[in-house]
Amino acid sequence: MSGLVKFLRRPIASTLVAVLVGLLIAILLVLVTGYDPLQTVATLVHGVFGSPKYITNVIIKATPILLTGVAVSFAFRTGLFNIGAEGQYILGTIVATIVGVSVNLPAVLQIPLVVLSGALGGALLGALIGFLKARLGIHEVITSIMTNWIMLYLCNFVVSSEAFHNPNSNTAYPINPSGYTMILPQWKVSDEGIEYLLQHPWLRDVLLKTDLNVGFLVAVFVAIVVGILLKRTKLGYQLRAVGLNKDAARFSGIAVERSVVLCMLISGGICGLAGALNITGINPHTLSTLVAQEGYGFNGLSVAFIAGCSTVGCIPSSLFFSALMYGGMTVQQVVGVPSEIINIMIGIIVFFTAIPSMAPWIADAIERRRSRENKNLAQETKGEEA
Amino acid sequence: MEPDSSYAVQMHGITKRFGNYTALSQVDLNVRKQSVHAILGENGAGKTTLMNILYGLYQADEGTIYLNGTPHSITGPNEAISNGIGMVHQHFMLVENFTVTENIMLGDEVCGPAGTLDMRMARKQVLDLVEQYGFEVDPDARIEDISVGMQQRVEILKALFRGAQTLILDEPTAVLTPQEIDKLLQIMDDLVASGKTIIIITHKLKEILRSADECTIIRRGEYMGTVDVSQSSEEDLAAKMVGRNVNLKVEKTPATPGEVVLDVNGLVVRDDRGIEQVCGLDLKVRAGEIVGIAGIDGNGQEELVNAIVSMTKAEAGTVVVGEEIQNTSPRNAIAHGVSTIPSDRHRWGLVLPMMVSENSVLEQHDKSSFGKGIMLDYNKMHEYTSMLIKEFDIRPSGCEDERIAGLSGGNQQKVIIAREVTQAPKLLIAFQPTRGLDVGAIEFVHKTLISERDRGAAILLVSYELDEVMDVSDTIAVIYHGKIVGTFEQGTVGEEELGLYMAGGGAK
Ligand SMILES: Nc1ncnc2c1ncn2[C@@H]1O[C@H](COP(=O)(O)OP(=O)(O)O)[C@@H](O)[C@H]1O
Ligand SMILES: [Mg+2]
Repeated sequence: MSGLVKFLRRPIASTLVAVLVGLLIAILLVLVTGYDPLQTVATLVHGVFGSPKYITNVIIKATPILLTGVAVSFAFRTGLFNIGAEGQYILGTIVATIVGVSVNLPAVLQIPLVVLSGALGGALLGALIGFLKARLGIHEVITSIMTNWIMLYLCNFVVSSEAFHNPNSNTAYPINPSGYTMILPQWKVSDEGIEYLLQHPWLRDVLLKTDLNVGFLVAVFVAIVVGILLKRTKLGYQLRAVGLNKDAARFSGIAVERSVVLCMLISGGICGLAGALNITGINPHTLSTLVAQEGYGFNGLSVAFIAGCSTVGCIPSSLFFSALMYGGMTVQQVVGVPSEIINIMIGIIVFFTAIPSMAPWIADAIERRRSRENKNLAQETKGEEA
Repeated sequence: MEPDSSYAVQMHGITKRFGNYTALSQVDLNVRKQSVHAILGENGAGKTTLMNILYGLYQADEGTIYLNGTPHSITGPNEAISNGIGMVHQHFMLVENFTVTENIMLGDEVCGPAGTLDMRMARKQVLDLVEQYGFEVDPDARIEDISVGMQQRVEILKALFRGAQTLILDEPTAVLTPQEIDKLLQIMDDLVASGKTIIIITHKLKEILRSADECTIIRRGEYMGTVDVSQSSEEDLAAKMVGRNVNLKVEKTPATPGEVVLDVNGLVVRDDRGIEQVCGLDLKVRAGEIVGIAGIDGNGQEELVNAIVSMTKAEAGTVVVGEEIQNTSPRNAIAHGVSTIPSDRHRWGLVLPMMVSENSVLEQHDKSSFGKGIMLDYNKMHEYTSMLIKEFDIRPSGCEDERIAGLSGGNQQKVIIAREVTQAPKLLIAFQPTRGLDVGAIEFVHKTLISERDRGAAILLVSYELDEVMDVSDTIAVIYHGKIVGTFEQGTVGEEELGLYMAGGGAK
């Protein structure tokens, strides 16, 4: 029993409690709207784990939000609220597309070039936001929201521009195939590959029916590296000190303004990387006209907060998020439950993870109750003695 | 002691545990009606906890509370308030951008018949209170625009407005200037004369002797007894509080000053509103001497210190430590051998959510001794911090990897002092180095300043506590309106005369 109390006092417990509450409320909603909750849950589970293809797709969809989640967590830990992840992500896709279409080098050069230029785009946009904050004192949330829209329209501008518009479509030209980052792209469509895959249906599912690409591995690597950067390096120490108390940091000789710009540069770069990897890794390998924000950046906020802003925690968090979104689609198709319920559920989870004192509060309540019981017990025994 | 109706408050056998930690164990408190009762104890002794129990913020695990001789269980602040208990917390709880009147009626709003706020009526009621007790408070001023002393009076008014008969003041003097302290003690006398009872928490002995009738002493959560203040002395109280004899006198040998280390010439500094706060100030501090700046808060001390370490811009003039260092960067000042014990340790000195070891290397983390290349070596940091903890007796020992926020104020200050002194500075600036510390810790800080002086460092002590400046400094410089208006050798000047200079009345 006291093991439970101890567990509830750990930070991860708050997250798990929030997830549990979110699930319960979602199930309640399903009930209220007149669907079968058991069938819903079963379909959700099937939609996520039912086939290798599903699992792969969950991983693929987790990639960009893992990266934006890491970017948001990183910024948050250093005292900045990067709500501009969306815009930085879009700029990453734009730059990656422009470079990927305009340049055609062998894959060993093309892939790093396209991916890194996308990351650079996001980084510069982030740095601009950081600069405006450090130098002119403009709050990053304001500039971020504005740049999100500017980037959306910049994307549409590029899609419709003469140089990049793909005729008879609402997309730009796809990037040159030498920039693709799918796993074994040529082999899996070669005679030899098809022959092999026919005998291995599991692999066939994964490789042929999805855009399985290296993005997730890169994203996991980034999450770990950024975690180490924050915790173990001098730079991370400085950034955290600035985030937690910028007056004391300045007083002790840390260059606070530089730190703010650097932090946004890194955060933006990670978002740009997310955008670039989606262009190189996923069909149609190009930009499409956007009517609204796609939400890769905003979902990154949710991923980050569910993870308690731990960069490594973003790995399970992004997978969980992605599983809900992807499985939710199946639920809508099969059971008919509107996928909005999934969104509501995610909202509730994020809402409750924002109350970090919830689990400790439950622990307190348990302890209080127990001490009251003990007291009563003590009194009873006293009474008996007397 | 039996419950008795001549006591406003009695707390008997109070025990309070936080988890496994016992913050209070079997503590008694008996407060006579219409008296000032002091609660004395070192930081972390449990004074605030005891009062939070009386105010209903915490529930005691054991013990009984009697109000006017009858037992009460106080389950929340509302219950305390309706029983005539008011509390002014250590950290004020005011809404910065509300007016005084709005703050006072917050939570107990004055309403018209339709349930809308009746500001005219509220303002009148506040004015009546202000007049009745002779407070100098403008009911229409915004909290953010008034001084700390005034804000405190607003807190007191707020409690009176709710009908408080017994007023708890938690460390009310910690944030006040000597003049404001005088005013507060006067207000306390007036309140008692008009029938109120006051419980004042403090660890300043002088104030207890000046204001309190009785004093209850708590040491590490244990009840040490209650004394009649008129029968007691500072030494007596100090010994009871810390459990050993404390040397309240600062002992040191005469200074042997060497060459000039800090040379400030014609310094002009503006604050962030553009008002000139330091107006052509000249100051020299030599190696091996302590120069103390005496003055009332707000006469340019903060701007002076900040300009020396390049936290603020110097409009004109020079700051020379080896070479001119004004308008460079805090980093450059540190590189020139300037170390600072800042006035507000939570704001300028520490990163509270970080570990003790991380705070110990705040200025030095990028030195090669704490890591190779871009990596930080936590083992080395840990080792270094263990050394500081041992050498400076920082408690609890073994706190290297704990958050520094969990340490008591005195130990947080020790971490700062340890970290600054260990860098063997050429110039050590100590700005309010004993603010909020108890006698034991104050003794330690003063000893350290003197041993640093004897090592050959130049020490600039800036303090609003006149006693401290007079006791510790070899040379006393009085600051008034951003200028040094008088310089004296220690022992050649009395408190009266210094007070005169501090108020701008000294001969030029
Ligand atoms: N809510 C709390 N939870 C855990 N420990 C607490 C809490 N409040 C106070 N303490 C601990 O109880 C002790 C007494 O604290 P406090 O009453 O604030 O001391 P004082 O006011 O005498 O300086 C300290 O060691 C403090 O850390
Ligand atoms: Mg206290």
